[in-house]
Amino acid sequence: MLTKIMAQNSIVEVKGLVKRFPMGSSGFFTALKGIDLTVSEGEFMGLVGPSGSGKTTFLNIIGTLDKPSEGRVDVLEKDVGSLTSKQAAQLRKEEMGFIFQSFNLLPVYTVFENVEFPLLLLNKSAGERKKRVMETLEWLGLTSKVDSRPAQLSGGECQRVAIARAMVKRPKLVLADEPTANLDAENSHNILRTMLKLNEGLKTCFIFATHDEKVISYLQRIVHLEDGRIAKDMKVRSSGTL
Amino acid sequence: MRDRSRSLLPVIVVTLGVMITVFMHAYLSGVLGESLEKTADFSEGHVKVETKAYADNLSQLPNDLALVGVDTLVKSLERLYPEYNWVRRIDFGGLLDVPDSAGNTKMQGAVMGKGLDLLQSDDEATRMGLKKLLVKGRFPSKAGEVLVSDELLEKLHLRPGDRVTLISSTMFGEMAIYNFTVAGSLHFGINLLDRGMMIVDIHDVQMALNMEDASGAVLGFFKNNLYNDKHAVATKTDFNKRYKNDGDKFAPVMSSLSENGLMGFSYTFVKNIAGFIILIFIFAMSIVLWNAGLISGLRRYGEFGLRMAIGEEKSEIYRSLIGEAALIGIIGTITGTILGLSVSWLMQEYGINMESIMKSSSLMISDTLRAQITPTTWFIGLVPGIISTVIGAALSGIGIYKRQTANLFKELQN
Ligand SMILES: Nc1ncnc2c1ncn2[C@@H]1O[C@H](COP(=O)(O)OP(=O)(O)OP(=O)(O)O)[C@@H](O)[C@H]1O
Ligand SMILES: [Mg+2]
Repeated sequence: MLTKIMAQNSIVEVKGLVKRFPMGSSGFFTALKGIDLTVSEGEFMGLVGPSGSGKTTFLNIIGTLDKPSEGRVDVLEKDVGSLTSKQAAQLRKEEMGFIFQSFNLLPVYTVFENVEFPLLLLNKSAGERKKRVMETLEWLGLTSKVDSRPAQLSGGECQRVAIARAMVKRPKLVLADEPTANLDAENSHNILRTMLKLNEGLKTCFIFATHDEKVISYLQRIVHLEDGRIAKDMKVRSSGTL
Repeated sequence: MRDRSRSLLPVIVVTLGVMITVFMHAYLSGVLGESLEKTADFSEGHVKVETKAYADNLSQLPNDLALVGVDTLVKSLERLYPEYNWVRRIDFGGLLDVPDSAGNTKMQGAVMGKGLDLLQSDDEATRMGLKKLLVKGRFPSKAGEVLVSDELLEKLHLRPGDRVTLISSTMFGEMAIYNFTVAGSLHFGINLLDRGMMIVDIHDVQMALNMEDASGAVLGFFKNNLYNDKHAVATKTDFNKRYKNDGDKFAPVMSSLSENGLMGFSYTFVKNIAGFIILIFIFAMSIVLWNAGLISGLRRYGEFGLRMAIGEEKSEIYRSLIGEAALIGIIGTITGTILGLSVSWLMQEYGINMESIMKSSSLMISDTLRAQITPTTWFIGLVPGIISTVIGAALSGIGIYKRQTANLFKELQN
């Protein structure tokens, strides 16, 4: 009974995950060497570790952008290893948001259009799109920049637009790979506070990959990766205690 | 698509390519088509009847081998094949002698002569556009009046109204001497003709060369004036079956324009220009656009990665890439066609004068190169313009499939 409840609340379930990349003519490089992890609804957690420890690789597999070599990874009750590319795209489209180190806004589109993009893929009506985009931009304090283009924005503003784009469809899971790497301290804190607010307000689960101390200081749970293995898994604070 | 700068290069490439294609088509249609048309009007007809012997010795203008009993022949041709206009033609060579007031030779020049009906109807003059070629004097209005090329007129110091004497040989090999009055002069714009041409009414030539009821050839022109090769070949086959007269070298034989030596080749070529150009263009442009596409495609892998992360599938992205390419192709094709047609139109209306280069040409090619816009010219850019962009995009987009999703995604992270 207890396990059933646990299972219902878990967003990511990883068992015995191994990821190998082909290297050279015949060899392999093993980036993830047997990982077990459960992430529950509403967590604000991070994969932390030195460069090359496998954070991005792990995050990509959770994000269905890559497949496990061994083991089983369930994301939102779907077995990532057995999803077709179509099903994976569907899952990303409906349930996941991504935030990257470089903000990756489409340069020719306005802020509004960049944020609207995921809703277009979901075939939402124009009215609903407008309502959702404006609402999201409001959370992020971007209402005055609706018609600006990325080139006219500061780095911090760009990253907030990227967060808005990830959040606009109210995903269950947001994956953020080094989201503060291109930001100064003030903007980093600003962004992190915003994300924490969204986490607490909307119960969105955030998984970070980072080695930035500023990010780490906001996390509720820190999973240390070292050389493709989990070295430590620590719950550092409870929700709502920052 | 919103990214104008990214689409600009391919649009320019397509525009240029389509423009060149359209222009090339109009140019070749114009130059070859005109040469073909002039040759048909001037010497070959759409179909031609002559004796086998005459055809075999054509270059000597062997009037001793000419068709005889032409009146009967023409009557039966008119009865059998009423879809053609049948006309008599006689080509001849000779000397043109300009006498002084005492009747002695003042000047002399070699001439090539062409006898055709000038007086009974306007058909032939209209067909060959003779009235438009008139430089000095007027058009012949009665027997004994001739037209000469303006160059010859100048060379022999002639003026309209002057009397000239043709020295040639009759159909029976005797010397022929015949007096004419120069009515006017013509500028053909075809060097071969301008050097020394004389246009005489067919009846006068028959008198001068003792060729009553004979002619070098009988030409047939479709009444709508459009050459129809299938029909011409059918007529020819039918005629030659009827007049099959083995061994008789004076028996009439018919030939169609398309099977006529050099003309036959250019006829086939003109007919297939569109195909040739389209093929070459699709090939060349696809390669150029593939390369252009590769560059922009590579620059776009980051965008593709992002779109995948947001939830688009590879196949959707690939399709949208091709859709964009098709749109670029359409825009480029439209602008290219407009530009190409404009340039072709200018060259159709004004032409390029090549007189100095054509001086020694022996081809029936006009001194003025002109393009000709045909219905095909309007559409010829369409197929290659769109196909090549789509092929170009398809080739460069293969990279999306070749790369691992995670690798595309990686482009985002640095
Ligand atoms: N496609 C690939 N092919 C081969 N090796 C790879 C591939 N992707 C990652 N690796 C290797 O796997 C290891 C883990 O890479 P990963 O990008 O996950 O590290 P990371 O923890 O995100 O590092 P960083 O902090 O620098 O971003 C590295 O040694 C990397 O070289
Ligand atoms: Mg990384």
